[in-house]
Amino acid sequence: MKTEQAIVSIRGLRKSFGDHAVLKGIDFDVQPSQVVVVIGPSGSGKSTFLRCCNGLETPEQGRVEICGRTLVEDGRMLGEVALNHLREDVGMVFQSFNLFPHLPVIDNITVGPRKVRGVSRKQAQSEALALLEKVGLAEKAHAMPASLSGGQKQRVAIARALAMQPKVMLFDEPTSALDPELVGEVLQVMKLLASEGMTMMVVTHEMDFAREVGDVVVVMDGGVVIEAGPPDIIFTNPAQTRTRDFLRAVLSRG
Amino acid sequence: MELDFSPVWAGWRNLLQGGLVTVEITAVSLALGCVMGLLVGIGRLNPKRRVVYALCTSYVAAIRGTPLLVQLFLLFFGLPQFGILLPAFVCGVIGLGIYSGAYVSEIVRGAIQSIDRGQMEAARSVGMSYGTAMRSIILPQALVRMIPPLGNEFIALIKNSALVSLLTIHDLMHEGQKIISVSYRSLEVYLAIAVMYFILTGLTTLALRHIEQRLRAGGMVQ
Repeated sequence: MKTEQAIVSIRGLRKSFGDHAVLKGIDFDVQPSQVVVVIGPSGSGKSTFLRCCNGLETPEQGRVEICGRTLVEDGRMLGEVALNHLREDVGMVFQSFNLFPHLPVIDNITVGPRKVRGVSRKQAQSEALALLEKVGLAEKAHAMPASLSGGQKQRVAIARALAMQPKVMLFDEPTSALDPELVGEVLQVMKLLASEGMTMMVVTHEMDFAREVGDVVVVMDGGVVIEAGPPDIIFTNPAQTRTRDFLRAVLSRG
Repeated sequence: MELDFSPVWAGWRNLLQGGLVTVEITAVSLALGCVMGLLVGIGRLNPKRRVVYALCTSYVAAIRGTPLLVQLFLLFFGLPQFGILLPAFVCGVIGLGIYSGAYVSEIVRGAIQSIDRGQMEAARSVGMSYGTAMRSIILPQALVRMIPPLGNEFIALIKNSALVSLLTIHDLMHEGQKIISVSYRSLEVYLAIAVMYFILTGLTTLALRHIEQRLRAGGMVQ
């Protein structure tokens, strides 16, 4: 990995909630167009790690550089205005979708471009329709979020993030809140994005997705990265016993 | 004992006039209370902004902790000692508005805090500033949740406004007392006043119910 090309660069990241240390020193780089899949047992700090990458959490120590800017360094977060700009470049998809329930689907997607970038309503809508087309939900443009299934909600949430034309997309357990039969449609959209060259960081329990789409699989446990590498190595011949134990536990479930 | 409502009928114009003053004064103080409540409620969201938080919290404590009547008298009889002589109507509106604002601020704060944290996170994640996220995403949702407690507050305000009759404002209460002072028909006139206040609060209840139903029809309420 050549550091100078990295689109996301993380050095010595530490974060605790009260006395509980969640991240205990993480170093990691993501290259443009890479799909990085973060796996590990629950409580290993995966989500916190991801949330540090768009400033939803403030790590006390370490540095996060993203899209050429320093997001946070030793607890000092980028200023408010610069942080908002940076977040335009970093899309986030949440486990619980977090669609705006008071707005129809199309407005969920246009509200960002309109309020943040000052795009005209008309242009934002035509872009939003194209994105809805892409995630296969053009016919739901005027539906309210409450009327959608979980899988549809998450696809709208992906479209909402894409509307800001981000350079990096973060996915925080995007399929964990879904009924099993709805997981596929969301993963399909994510595969499409990956094939288009989107840089993605994905926290997930979907091992098939990790194996199939991931360029790098990162295994976290106890607040550290215990192992990282190409999926065929991680899944077939992991170096760490803890990785082996985790994979055995997860894979035997399916 | 016999009830004699004739003084009420004879004075209906005055009572109606007083009723209009009551509506006027509550409407203006309601607007003032809502603006103050919104600002103070938002000011109390984040204890880390110490100065704003301390100011807003002291305001709520002071206003909720003292009687409205004392507050009104401080404005009307107290301020002139500093040479600040405000018209009675202005004192009434400011007094009621400030009083109501303290309660509205708690309604605003409660409603905002009841909105899932993920909403703010999602809004900030598309690059919205705190202010934009608050205006476009959080407040529209919080507003719907504010309506039932705000209804309570509006109704309380209408009834509390009777106290401004003591500031020589010619509201419904004041007009009624003028009729009593010449007719001595306390029971009848106070009954009539009670009915008129009841009509005002009833209309407010209906209006709020209507607003809530429209929001529900628009899909704003699940």
